[in-house]
Amino acid sequence: MMKSDSKRLSLILLLTPFVLWLGLLVIIPHIDMFLLSIRERIAPRTYETSFANYAEFFGEPLYWNTLARTALMSILATVLTLFIAFPVAYYIAKILRGKSKSILFLLCLLPFWVSELVRTFGWMILLRETGIISNFLQWAGLISGPIELLYNDITVIVGLVYTSMLFMVVPLVSTLDSLDDSLIEAGYDLGGSAFSVTREIVIPHAMSGIISGCIVVFMLTLGNYLTPILLGGKSSMWFTGQIYTQFITRFNWELGAAFGFLLLFVSSAIVWLGLKLSGQTLASTVAKN
Amino acid sequence: MLPSIPRSSASRIAYKAYITLFFVYLIAPLIVVASFAFNDSLFPSLPWNGFTWDWFTHSSEPKLGLFHDRSLIKGVGISFFVAFCVTLLSITIGTSNAFLFERYDFHYKEFAYMLMLLPLVIPGVILGISILVFSNTLANGIENTFEWDWEFLRPGLMLVVLGQFAFITTISTLVIAARLRKFDRTLEEAAFNLGASHFEVLRTITLPYLRPAIVGASVIAFLMSFENFNTTLMLVGSDAPLTITMYDRLKEGSTPVLNAVSVFLMAGSAILALLSIVLQKGK
Repeated sequence: MMKSDSKRLSLILLLTPFVLWLGLLVIIPHIDMFLLSIRERIAPRTYETSFANYAEFFGEPLYWNTLARTALMSILATVLTLFIAFPVAYYIAKILRGKSKSILFLLCLLPFWVSELVRTFGWMILLRETGIISNFLQWAGLISGPIELLYNDITVIVGLVYTSMLFMVVPLVSTLDSLDDSLIEAGYDLGGSAFSVTREIVIPHAMSGIISGCIVVFMLTLGNYLTPILLGGKSSMWFTGQIYTQFITRFNWELGAAFGFLLLFVSSAIVWLGLKLSGQTLASTVAKN
Repeated sequence: MLPSIPRSSASRIAYKAYITLFFVYLIAPLIVVASFAFNDSLFPSLPWNGFTWDWFTHSSEPKLGLFHDRSLIKGVGISFFVAFCVTLLSITIGTSNAFLFERYDFHYKEFAYMLMLLPLVIPGVILGISILVFSNTLANGIENTFEWDWEFLRPGLMLVVLGQFAFITTISTLVIAARLRKFDRTLEEAAFNLGASHFEVLRTITLPYLRPAIVGASVIAFLMSFENFNTTLMLVGSDAPLTITMYDRLKEGSTPVLNAVSVFLMAGSAILALLSIVLQKGK
């Protein structure tokens, strides 16, 4: 039939760019990177398939320590982001009404339209030895000389939490918004305290937003490069920094590719675990933002 | 806690203080960056030496202003070029993907949808290196087999555009598909009944309906491309976009000319943000 033929043709016309885009730019490059990662150079221009690059990762404590450290700090940053964002999201969703609500919500989003580079630059100006906070503390008489606040782990965490805030506030506000006020009121009427109402009613309802916020924040933090490198300096020991070093500085692409895969594996494993534990799908979590 | 439930004024004040503190935290870095663009000092730090426009307009070292700083201006130009290409590509493919997923049924559609979301889950650095590896394999293969040197497969603007296009397309697909889903298909049927061809229906009915989503997705794509750093860093050649130029300067420690650029970036983002809010209101 004519009609089904033309339908078929247009399907093929739409599938072609989709397959080309995803195949040539995402799937095949990753397969190629995997092939590179299981290749070992045994003599100039001769290569052998082996897991030597992965063995090197597990054999050298610096490498796997860096990955473990990156993962742990990312989890810490994610949890902190959640704890800082939750009261703010609750305030916007449940306490404010009407215009002030939408204005405050927009205010939350606005800083994140600005490049991450500019925001990180701001933190550098605030925290460095000649920076605002050091000067302020001296002026207040709390410290006697200039103090360097950059290049340590706490600074990196502060920067990461800052950068991730948007991706936590947005899903939290949208799930809290859908919580019926009368449920909270009923909780109080039945004699619940602020703490027990939050624990028994608000948090269970907000769980889907909490999970999707945490997953997105974790992924972005683990794969972040700019914030840990600029705020943590040489001591930051961030895994993406290690990947950059292998690729660009040492030109050891085989090892760098193996590192890339390990990072991808850790990231997907933790995301998968989060989705399984919460019974959500990737589409419902990521596609919302 | 709800406005309808009485609370002690102490806890209400404490809550308000926390919210205020939170917004100070959000806005402080931006205010600091902007204010030091006007400080008459060679470093973006205290003490405050008085107000100046030099970091925008002064024409010689050591106080080279933004408007005379060749490499920064060139970076802006390159970023605009890259963002323009990426927006055009990702909106075209994003629109076609939206139709594919909203209008057609095919085998493994669910699986294809999941694959379509993948670029959002892959860290930007890794997306960058995988494209770097693959294009290098291709370039070497072509050189060894045909002895052609395809320069554009080596790190450079072409790869930067492709790398950003790879993940921004997912975002534009999602934005455009969300609007297409709400489309009332009886409008198209009516047009068909009145004798319109497929192409005419698309041009006069469906695409105009999608316009707000396409414009919104373009704004997002442009901004994400302009500000992208992670993927770009891995694929950049000798022509550096603005973020890379700024990053190199930042590492060395720079004069407040970087603050001056940042003021422009903030103004640009604010304008685009307001534009997209106005557009969303129009829906």
